[in-house]
Amino acid sequence: MKTKAAVPPKIKEKTGRLSRIKQNERRLVNLFIVPSAVGMLIFYILPFFVIIFQSLVNNPVKKEFVFLENYTKLLENTAFRQAAWNTVKFSLTAVPLAVVLSLVLAIVLLRDLPGKSKLRTIFLSPMMVPVASIILIWQVVFHYNGVANELVMLLGGSAVDWLKSDYSQLVVVLLFLWKNLGYNMILFMSALSAVPVDVLEVATLEGASRRQIFFRIKLRYLSSTILFVTLMSLINSFKIFREVYLLTGNYPYDSLYMLQHFMNNVFRTLDYQKLSAAAILMAIVMAVIIGFLFFADNKVEEDIEE
Amino acid sequence: MKKKKIGALRKRLLMYLTFILVLAAAVVFLMPTVLTITNSFMSTTEISANYGQIFENSTGDKKTYISEKVNLKFIPDFVSFSQYKTAFITSPAYLLKFWNSVILTVPIVAGQLVMASGAAYCFARNRSWTANAIFFVYIILMLMPYQVTLVPNFMVADFLNLIDTRWSIILPGIFSPFAVFILTKFMRRIPTAMIEAAKLDGAGEFQIFSRIFMPLCKGTLYSVAILIFIDYWNMVEQPLIMFKATGDELYPLSVFLSQVNTNDAGLAFAVAVVYMIPSLLIFLYSEDYLVEGIAYSGGIKG
Repeated sequence: MKTKAAVPPKIKEKTGRLSRIKQNERRLVNLFIVPSAVGMLIFYILPFFVIIFQSLVNNPVKKEFVFLENYTKLLENTAFRQAAWNTVKFSLTAVPLAVVLSLVLAIVLLRDLPGKSKLRTIFLSPMMVPVASIILIWQVVFHYNGVANELVMLLGGSAVDWLKSDYSQLVVVLLFLWKNLGYNMILFMSALSAVPVDVLEVATLEGASRRQIFFRIKLRYLSSTILFVTLMSLINSFKIFREVYLLTGNYPYDSLYMLQHFMNNVFRTLDYQKLSAAAILMAIVMAVIIGFLFFADNKVEEDIEE
Repeated sequence: MKKKKIGALRKRLLMYLTFILVLAAAVVFLMPTVLTITNSFMSTTEISANYGQIFENSTGDKKTYISEKVNLKFIPDFVSFSQYKTAFITSPAYLLKFWNSVILTVPIVAGQLVMASGAAYCFARNRSWTANAIFFVYIILMLMPYQVTLVPNFMVADFLNLIDTRWSIILPGIFSPFAVFILTKFMRRIPTAMIEAAKLDGAGEFQIFSRIFMPLCKGTLYSVAILIFIDYWNMVEQPLIMFKATGDELYPLSVFLSQVNTNDAGLAFAVAVVYMIPSLLIFLYSEDYLVEGIAYSGGIKG
């Protein structure tokens, strides 16, 4: 790219083309992506178009267009509604908690605490422990006669059926935080240490309090990372199915019935129309959220550059 | 003077307090892993004496002694390797599932790295409008949850008659865009001057790729490998959908373990420990790479 600077920009604009050597080079470079791109096309992109088509027809054999009928049917489906609502409820609780708590952890661990690198290791370790390995302990803790209830009764409360009541969402939020805080914490730690030192020094010299420094300066530099951590936590929050499935199987308590449970059930009956409509609907929702976060990220960056 | 002293004292007190809080949190974070490991050294009788309540009702076997309360124990009364003996020698079914996990995960990690290195090289060298647009498609696909991507994956696998074979998981895994994203971000930071110098020395594209980019990427490749490994070692969603007829024959240990729990709790603890050994070893020996990989994934734009 740098070599092009030798050509005056006006001329380049007029010809609007790269030199022949550059063109050849680019052709060679493009060859490197071919294997990956072909795989992407076959396994992700082309079938995606098939799914859009499938979601608009009435059945895979007749293929008559019914447009949005599959979608309206899906939205009226009680199982889907339940699953969607549970997933939304879970994500709306778990994601903000994961963002805030991991930021607090990151700030604390960047202070001069004794053994802070060991602490970092400990908080990161759940990420590397397979969910399936730990599930036994969670069962022991959250069983009706389990440790959690023993604690509750010790404190004078009455026993709760953790996995078969509305408390089950609380349990999976805890499991989610246990698994994901470390990852988010690392993202925040690296962003916090990237805040330019001179800016902080100037602020301290000008008599800014610690609170001011945090809210006015650090948080502003962090805003891009906060958005990214939110996005990653959101995506990881859809993986809570793993914990729920391993804990409670295919048919969990109502408030733990997640979208992936719904998808699994539809996969079992192989209702292509329902399946496609559900996938497309979720893709649209995700695209809107991603688009919004990208937009916010751009705004935030402009804000810092000013 | 006095005020200053009190201020300093308060500051120190506050520090001790946060330290204690963080320490408590750390203990909670460590506990499940440690408990799983210590419990794997209990004999079957000790397990059923402690957790009989939990794991008994599903089997309906009432012969063994069931304790009234669940007893979460730190240290076993007798350290026994009997569970490991069962896992490795008496009932090798679990070992087989461990192998299922390996044979699914390793090809995905290796394949994804190879595919992604090529793609990332292209995205790093070709910064044209079209290439950037394609990169954007990769990012969007990376951000889509399994609930979305499994449907196209399943349809293709069905079309290619791959359902109930390992390929139905391995192939989409190899082409998953995650590694492309991080590697591209890293490769874009390699200075153009290096490439120009190599060209002057007569290096072709393939040589630039293999002699300059790949060696520089070694650390990043390792970081990415860890992140891919941990995700697929943990897989639950794909096997449940892709292995329909074969049932648990092809199941990786992650899914299989949830079915073991109810029958053989003691054994399950041992198998659970065996299952976490590879990822824990990777973690202990290359935590820095993992941290670097995570830090590199931060920020959406390259």
